[in-house]
Amino acid sequence: MSEDRLELRGVTKAFPGVLANDHVSFAVRPGAIHALLGENGAGKSTLVKMIYGVLHPDEGEIRFDGKPVTIPNPKAARAMGIGMVFQHFSLFEALSVLENIALGLDERLSPADLERRIREVLARYGLTLDPHRTVATLSVGERQRIEIVRALLLDPKLLIMDEPTSVLTPQEVTQLFETLRALAASGCSILYISHKLHEIKALCDKATILRGGKVVGDCVPAEESSRSMAEMMIGGSLRDIKKAAGRTLGAPKFVVEGLSLEGTGDFDVALKGIGFSVGAGEILGIAGVAGNGQNELVLALSGETPGEAAAVRLDGTPIGALRIGERRRLGLAAVPEERNGHAAVPGFSLADNAVLTARGRKGLVNRGVIAAGKAAGYAEEVIRAFAVKATGPAATAGSLSGGNLQKFIMGREVLQVPEILIVSQPTWGVDAGAAAAIHQALVDLAARGSAIVVVSQDLDELFALSDSLAVINEGRLSPKRPIADFSLEEIGLLMGGVHGEADQGAHVAAAPVVEASHAH
Amino acid sequence: MLIELEKRKEPSKAMVYLTPLIAVGLTMVVGALIFSALGYEGARAAWAMFVAPLVDPGKWEDLGLKAAPLVMIAVGLSIGFRANVWNIGAEGQYVVGGLAGTGVALATWHLDGGWWVLPLMCLAGAVAGAAYAAIPAILRTRLNVSEILSSLMLTYVAIQLLYWLMNGPWKDPEGFNFPQSRLFQDFQTLPFISGVGYLNVPLSLVIALAVWFVMARTTFGFQIRTVGAAPQAARYGGFSQERTVWWSLVIGGALAGLAGIFEAAGPFGQMVPQFPTGYGFTAIIVAFLGRLHPIGIVILGGLVLAVTYVGGESAQATLGLPSSATGVFQAMLLFFLLATDILITHRLKWRRSAEGSA
Repeated sequence: MSEDRLELRGVTKAFPGVLANDHVSFAVRPGAIHALLGENGAGKSTLVKMIYGVLHPDEGEIRFDGKPVTIPNPKAARAMGIGMVFQHFSLFEALSVLENIALGLDERLSPADLERRIREVLARYGLTLDPHRTVATLSVGERQRIEIVRALLLDPKLLIMDEPTSVLTPQEVTQLFETLRALAASGCSILYISHKLHEIKALCDKATILRGGKVVGDCVPAEESSRSMAEMMIGGSLRDIKKAAGRTLGAPKFVVEGLSLEGTGDFDVALKGIGFSVGAGEILGIAGVAGNGQNELVLALSGETPGEAAAVRLDGTPIGALRIGERRRLGLAAVPEERNGHAAVPGFSLADNAVLTARGRKGLVNRGVIAAGKAAGYAEEVIRAFAVKATGPAATAGSLSGGNLQKFIMGREVLQVPEILIVSQPTWGVDAGAAAAIHQALVDLAARGSAIVVVSQDLDELFALSDSLAVINEGRLSPKRPIADFSLEEIGLLMGGVHGEADQGAHVAAAPVVEASHAH
Repeated sequence: MLIELEKRKEPSKAMVYLTPLIAVGLTMVVGALIFSALGYEGARAAWAMFVAPLVDPGKWEDLGLKAAPLVMIAVGLSIGFRANVWNIGAEGQYVVGGLAGTGVALATWHLDGGWWVLPLMCLAGAVAGAAYAAIPAILRTRLNVSEILSSLMLTYVAIQLLYWLMNGPWKDPEGFNFPQSRLFQDFQTLPFISGVGYLNVPLSLVIALAVWFVMARTTFGFQIRTVGAAPQAARYGGFSQERTVWWSLVIGGALAGLAGIFEAAGPFGQMVPQFPTGYGFTAIIVAFLGRLHPIGIVILGGLVLAVTYVGGESAQATLGLPSSATGVFQAMLLFFLLATDILITHRLKWRRSAEGSA
């Protein structure tokens, strides 16, 4: 029997104050698709960075093809046959696919040779990608394919994929999985990092579960349920979202009609005639592939970019021309996608971050003077109600982990009991346990009679939360329908920009969905 | 032995206040070495520059005289700097403020007195400084012109205006053709408190305290801090970037203008072409030495730079140091401050080269 492709023995890595990896040991067989599973902060990223030579272990041994190795840097890792596809792409939008690949390559090749080799790789794995297209005109799925091709050109023996599906439509995910299976069949091992459990069940042969930097278990995903794996990840039992039975939706509370907005920069997406209404007690989900106008929509709804008065109404009052501060006074709350520097100021204490948005509704300011005691009190209330891991209201927002900060931000808005809450990616980067708590808070808020709009790329989340759903694509929003009326396939097609044509094949979703808005 | 820099988990609060002291210490040591190498009595020079004025009660009035305008201007600038609004033209606002107050003084010169004249001069100075700083504010908010350039260039306009007024309209008719204004009347001059100095010395402390309260405790201060720390979060919090630019320039200008008329109606007692002494520029260093914090500006910034000014002057007389020595020490101080700032986010770790750390 052949050697393990990759073996880790007691790998340990400490950062000031944190033991990121604590004697981690596991092995990946040649040709296996091996999942590395864990909550945010479990140490997955640190571990793969050591395998790819970005970081170096303090202790322990990495063995590759049976031999102990030290990997000084990513270039050495690539030379050994280790490739990695990062979650965030490093591509130049203005350059072609070919030029982008050439820039990332260690060896110098003539453009003609390179193009020939790229076409070989594309043909071998059945990938479609035009080497001469400009990156700016490509969909996210195609951009990811560039990164994959870049890694495959090196004939890797081990390919590391870090959260590869978070930006893809369901059809693009299916296609990616076919590519990965073909790759594994040719003998390349794949280390697949994700917290999307159904994907791991569908794709991976084996999974190693990390919690708090330690390996807490191994499993064969096909033999487990998503729930049992989630419980291994969080080390406890998972809560279900409790929706009150027989909920009736109230009259339209938040009505958007003919909301259009010019994109300001080259890569901004213009909003085109957006219209929907949300009733009291209703949760409306807005699905879509990243970069189709979600950010612009959230900014326009929250009032960070005011527009025409009549385009947005709250309880009949036109608020479309009001700025965010005035909208807050009328009962609007919002959570933008980016936490650091947008939803929160990293260098400020949690108490100050409470003042940022809750000062009006929670009376944290008295005649222009900040009531420091009340602000700290409200921050403390949020910390307790949402189980935020922080030393207290004086802790800086930047000292919290991403998931804990997200809990704090969500809590800060939810506890203001807004009439209408606009949320973008409510559980982005939040672990399963915390995500369940945030979902429950949203459902409870709706039960009190608030209207909620949830913009998310996570379809599982939207299915679990929403009463109704609409899909955004290239700045246009599909009509909303009750969530039960949608199938996953249909949402996928809408996300890919196919409106109503039922007989399209799955590969349609790989069409250049952002092309029109990005062309100059 | 190896020294390693290790990133701290949280920025050190203690180091925020300690590094300026470390910087002063390093400046004294290195300055002493440099001037010794140049053949001066280095240690005595460093002592004269940084310590002598502090331990000699006879120099304390001089310190207040130098520190008061620096503190007032720096406190005003710190508001803008906190919001990433870079008003480099405080010198010009200082000059224009002094000129406006002088205008009022000359217009009321023939009166027999009047309690309202001096307050009106001060008001004119503050308003003129604010109005002069409003020009970069308009250019920035309407036309997106960098306030760094516009405010700096307006300084030279203000100085030319001063020269023209001194050589023409405002020249003292009984001044033997010297280019300077009439001496202000007694009721147009700042009261002098013996043992303390002119009234602007205690007033500058009051202003620093007031600015501290506004910055630390009010929504306005919160807005300034938020715009500076995270502009997007400020917009999300409902704060207008434009209004922040306006207010921080106008307040900075008003305080510089007020400092200007305080100087004219205090130590100068008239307007002269030598009025711009660079306080507006030195105040930028003062603001950063004081960590853009009003109390720090008073204690660390204003005082330390006043000490180097006063100490530098006496070192010229007693030790024969060149006049540029003051500038060398001030520059070294800023250099060491910026260099030691890394200790706020990092700590030094000593470890023996052979063994690994436990």
